[in-house]
Amino acid sequence: MSVLEQTPGRDESGARPTPPTAGWRPRTDPAPLLPDETPVRLIGTGARLDKRRKELWRELYRGLVRGRRYNRQATALTRQGRLAVYPSSTGQEACEVAAALALGERDWLFPSYRDTLAVVARGVDPVEALTLLRGDWHTGYDPRATRVAPLSTPLATQLPHAVGLAHAARLRGDDVVALAMVGDGGTSEGDFHEALNFAAVWRAPVVFLVQNNGFAISVPLAKQTAAPSIAHKAVGYGVAGRLVDGNDAPAVHQVLSEAVARARSGGGPTLVEALTYRVEAHTNADDATRYRTEDEVAPWLGHDPVTLLEAELRQRKLLTDGEAERIAEEAEAMAADLRSRMNADPVLDPAELFAHVYAEPTPQLREQAALLRAELAAEAGEAEPARATGPAPAARRASGRDDRAGDRRQDHQERAA
Amino acid sequence: MTTTAATTATSTPARTAPPGGAAPTTMAQAINRALRDAMAADDAVHVLGEDVGALGGVFRVTDGLTAEFGEERCTDTPLAEAGILGTAAGMAMYGLRPVVEMQFDAFAYPAFEQLVSHVARMRNRTRGSLPMPLTIRIPYGGGIGGVEHHSDSSEAYYMATPGLHVVTPATAADAYGMLRQAIASDDPVLFLEPKRLYWSKETLDLSSPPACDPLGRAVVRRTGTAATLITYGPSLPVCLEAAEAAREEGWELEVLDLRTLVPFDDETVCAAVRRTGRAVVVHEASGFAGPGAEIAARVTERCFHHLQAPVLRVTGFDIPYPPPMLEKHHLPGVDRVLDAVARLQWESDYTEGGAR
Repeated sequence: MSVLEQTPGRDESGARPTPPTAGWRPRTDPAPLLPDETPVRLIGTGARLDKRRKELWRELYRGLVRGRRYNRQATALTRQGRLAVYPSSTGQEACEVAAALALGERDWLFPSYRDTLAVVARGVDPVEALTLLRGDWHTGYDPRATRVAPLSTPLATQLPHAVGLAHAARLRGDDVVALAMVGDGGTSEGDFHEALNFAAVWRAPVVFLVQNNGFAISVPLAKQTAAPSIAHKAVGYGVAGRLVDGNDAPAVHQVLSEAVARARSGGGPTLVEALTYRVEAHTNADDATRYRTEDEVAPWLGHDPVTLLEAELRQRKLLTDGEAERIAEEAEAMAADLRSRMNADPVLDPAELFAHVYAEPTPQLREQAALLRAELAAEAGEAEPARATGPAPAARRASGRDDRAGDRRQDHQERAA
Repeated sequence: MTTTAATTATSTPARTAPPGGAAPTTMAQAINRALRDAMAADDAVHVLGEDVGALGGVFRVTDGLTAEFGEERCTDTPLAEAGILGTAAGMAMYGLRPVVEMQFDAFAYPAFEQLVSHVARMRNRTRGSLPMPLTIRIPYGGGIGGVEHHSDSSEAYYMATPGLHVVTPATAADAYGMLRQAIASDDPVLFLEPKRLYWSKETLDLSSPPACDPLGRAVVRRTGTAATLITYGPSLPVCLEAAEAAREEGWELEVLDLRTLVPFDDETVCAAVRRTGRAVVVHEASGFAGPGAEIAARVTERCFHHLQAPVLRVTGFDIPYPPPMLEKHHLPGVDRVLDAVARLQWESDYTEGGAR
């Protein structure tokens, strides 16, 4: 199909041919693709709730309380040197929890590195969700079994994966939707553009959730884009754009659920921009006082997703003191379990470094694995045949390296302090 | 542009070699047939790329595939290489077996991050849960008079990336067999197609293709005793010609076609070099930190006591790929190969004690 719709023929006098551009029209009506002027909100609107939605809002609240407690625990573990780094989603729990709850069992979640809470809310063991950030492997859970893609560290690169997976599922005739998460900074990356374009052209069953938390590390949104909003970017791809208050968990859930349903029914992709705020620094290694003031943060602390929903539920008589207490206790138990398991040193197997590079290790990797094995054996004081043929000095150096690895943990602790 | 099965195939499909029986066959035809046979054998195989549908690819390598298998199996994608490889990675995560075409070597660079940060690492990252059974076909190398960005030899970048297999056929028969194996592989394979050999013909019966060694095996193309020329892809014909010319100088040169660059076939290469005691590595890619540097180092480490001379390299210069009217000065030719052979310290064979 050509961009220019050709309208053959001549003008009335018959003298001049009608230019091919004469009949040009937009290929689709852009109006339905544009986001609303104001972000979608449900809390405080007096929206009528049926029994199912009442239960859902309570479930969201339970997720938010656990989520907030999880964020606090993970941050504390970082200070104690148990995590190499933690990009906190404190203040963004509504997006994290709603994203996980908007998906069906067969659907896939594509998280970024700040989205371990969404991974946990999807049902993954928190210790496994934190493997990347603890540093004992790159992914701790089984993506195929959990239908959660690995946490993506390179920005926006997980978005084309979500498009490809959703497209593949559709080609196979399977009912699978992919929900991909990215931040406002990530929307500047080329992969964001390419993913939206491919998704639109293929009508792939994908939902893109942009958490606009105001900052890409230190750089505010104004330096990231001149678009009217991130949601407005959707229209350029022929994708529906939606704007939602990202701290209003029921609203985020509703907008995402509509997008998921649309994707499921063959309606194509949706871009959802959730307005939220990164209450904490980028990570424990960042110093937010260098680029923003407390005055900027304060209004968002008063628009906290947990307290917003709690007040709403109490006002609607959907939450009693007893229930709130029980939910808090449950979150405390989750945190205690996470703490005690993270305080145990992970079991590391250096041989695994060579095990998964290829389906079958290459001859070169087998040689290198043997070298490392010999070094470790020498270090452990065992006599291995390989030692006689040379690797002993290397083994001594390796042992020195391990001492320095111990120092590195101290470095992390000092930087976090 | 929308293509349908009914409106494709504007030119004669390359795969229509005479049915049955041996016939002159180009490498492009062999690759086309391998794609077709792989798609017929396994419905998880999907071809993706720019202009691979109605046009059949700029080199006609995918000719007829959309007509035969439909647009969903052989798909014209938007013009975005990172998007092509990124979505292909997602398709592989769902269990498909995508075959991606990068239109030219230098046009594959936008996909570099997806390749290096995801495709090459996904199996390792997920402890085997998400393998990447992807094949990435890249027409590469010079010698076809291409303007800038159409003649790069980019193999060193890929060789330096753990998690990828890197292979490059030099004959039509190998192109068929190696591509079938690349597609069947559960790991990502960079399949580098020497574009100046696309139209080189050999007699082949593609209806009953010859058996092919597994990926990872080098092959001796010409036996010899004086020195071993180690080469691959577009430089193989150059080396064979050089070996023929060298007979006049009294040198019987062995020519070794690596075929697979990763994983490297140390065994076959070292056995060859130990037989002859001398080696020259020949490739189009730049020499500095190029494939030959690794090969020379490996050979020296493993064959030191068998070597009569340092391992020499004949490579492209360390310059951006030249404009077409100057490329003949850049590409390793027969004379440059023979000059290197002449520098393999032949005098040491007959110099009597205490020469130095």
